[in-house]
Amino acid sequence: MNPRNTWIICQKELKGYFASPIAYGLMAFFALICGYFFYAAVGWFVFQSTQQMMMRGGAMPMDVADYVVRPVMGNVSVIGLFLIPMITMRLFAEEKRAGTMELLATSPVRDTEIVVGKWLAAVILYLAMLGIAALNLAILFLYSKPEVMPILISFLGLALQGAGLLALGAFISNLTRNQIIAGAGTFAICLLLWVIGWTSEYEQTTFSKVLAYISVTTHFENFAKGVLDTKDVIFYLSVIFFGLFLTVRSMESLRWRA
Amino acid sequence: MIKVEGLTKRYARNVAVDNISFEVGKGQIVGFLGPNGAGKTTTMRVLTCFLPPTSGTAEVAGYDVVQQPMEVKKRIGYLPETPPLYPDMEVAEYVEFVGKLKGMPTGDLAAKVADACERCHITDVRKKLIAKLSKGYKQRVGLAAAIVHNPDVLVLDEPTAGLDPEQRRETLSLIRQLAGDHTVILSTHILPEVEQTCEQVIIISKGQLKAIDTMANLDRRLRGAEIIQVEVEARQGTLGRDTVQQRLEQVAGVQRVTFREAKGQRLAFDVEGTSGQNIQPDLARTVVAADWNLVELHAAGLGLEEIYLQLTGAGAPANQGGAQ
Ligand SMILES: Nc1ncnc2c1ncn2[C@@H]1O[C@H](COP(=O)(O)OP(=O)(O)OP(=O)(O)O)[C@@H](O)[C@H]1O
Ligand SMILES: [Mg+2]
Repeated sequence: MNPRNTWIICQKELKGYFASPIAYGLMAFFALICGYFFYAAVGWFVFQSTQQMMMRGGAMPMDVADYVVRPVMGNVSVIGLFLIPMITMRLFAEEKRAGTMELLATSPVRDTEIVVGKWLAAVILYLAMLGIAALNLAILFLYSKPEVMPILISFLGLALQGAGLLALGAFISNLTRNQIIAGAGTFAICLLLWVIGWTSEYEQTTFSKVLAYISVTTHFENFAKGVLDTKDVIFYLSVIFFGLFLTVRSMESLRWRA
Repeated sequence: MIKVEGLTKRYARNVAVDNISFEVGKGQIVGFLGPNGAGKTTTMRVLTCFLPPTSGTAEVAGYDVVQQPMEVKKRIGYLPETPPLYPDMEVAEYVEFVGKLKGMPTGDLAAKVADACERCHITDVRKKLIAKLSKGYKQRVGLAAAIVHNPDVLVLDEPTAGLDPEQRRETLSLIRQLAGDHTVILSTHILPEVEQTCEQVIIISKGQLKAIDTMANLDRRLRGAEIIQVEVEARQGTLGRDTVQQRLEQVAGVQRVTFREAKGQRLAFDVEGTSGQNIQPDLARTVVAADWNLVELHAAGLGLEEIYLQLTGAGAPANQGGAQ
């Protein structure tokens, strides 16, 4: 893989995102909703602590991380699931529809370079959105001293989860020339991977354990708590690899059948 | 420069290209002709490594399209049927992007981009969004992108579609300039363009190769014996049809004279001569010596259009020469 080619593709894709209203729309929406979650969580935190103060006549030290950071990050992770299809849907489907795939495929760049370049651009846009969420949390540091490490870890978790889902979204976008179908398909997958872990909360069967393992959100829970577990990291890295691998393979096979 | 052997491309059900072979030498311009659905685009897609052949081989610039696609892709400039443009890019930005994709060094990229824009007459729109260009301008942008990296082989799928007459002429002359150190293969439905531009013609129909030859040879092969149209008129009074016919038949080298039509006082004949013998001067002298007016005298060669229709039409002979 030639990093220069990957970067050329990635740059072009980023310009595409920011030349259209998509990126700004997504970021504005994300900023709004994160701001609201943050506002709600802080409000809840303040309400709880004043109640405690009144009941016991003195302030109990409450943890900002537990009451603000974790719920906000949890919500952000779920909102991410809904935004990811919007980031990936045009990635390949649009190139196929417009015929620009013919340009990429007849240029001396490898399929891997095209796929990784496009995925990287999607990840960068996603990280920019996370950056906006981070701005909200940064306000906390003005008024209190929350622990930095758990926050960073939960951001790492969000980034990894997003990168994995973006890779799957890229794959689905490569299966069709219709953006809407690509978006809907990716959304369905994201939703499925989210709800699939729910049964494990009350069931202990192997089946539900397997489902919980596949569910991308269960792996995020540890990150949200500020716990860095290599198992979870490996899980997300394999999702990324698997998604990108499938995308590259589908580039090849679709061309053979074209 | 381009060598195709036994190339077959099958889609799920139908055969788009059926066992065709041809060769194109360095620096040549080749016209690729055929009716809609003949398999021109498919052949070009195989040459540019977009589609793999079902069987047979294709070599471009000495590299096999299946074995060494990267080497082929570096040396080829391709303008697909619909120019592959990104509507939200500016013109120069797009050409530069394609240059980078083709692996051009960044050093003189800007100069090369400017040069390609200049050659395709899009310098005045280089800061415009591609989405806002007219169809013809989009076509030019596609062409500029195809030549920006100075490729050995240019594959142009209907490069003049959608251009105005002025621009079409300029594009063709640009293509003619490019030939020489570039090998060009271009498809088109506009036959006079081929006659003006190409040295060699490949005609395919329903996936099969019908003819590959130089323009001059094609013309000669299909024309057979030369036919000369003669139109005469009496200086005064009327002219006997049989008298004229007999006089013309006596000219040396004439095989047959057929009366075509009478246009008022004028009589038109088709004179068939022996091939390889120029009978025109003798015909002219005979008419003048008989004291008639020679209104018209010209050789009626078959144009490319007739050849094309003969080869691709329903009543076409099974194989006219075929691959060589
Ligand atoms: N992607 C595809 N899948 C299935 N069949 C195809 C595909 N592309 C082309 N064909 C078929 O292959 C045959 C050749 O098509 P091709 O596009 O090469 O023709 P063409 O000579 O370029 O025609 P035109 O002059 O209309 O551009 C046609 O019968 C067409 O229906
Ligand atoms: Mg075509």
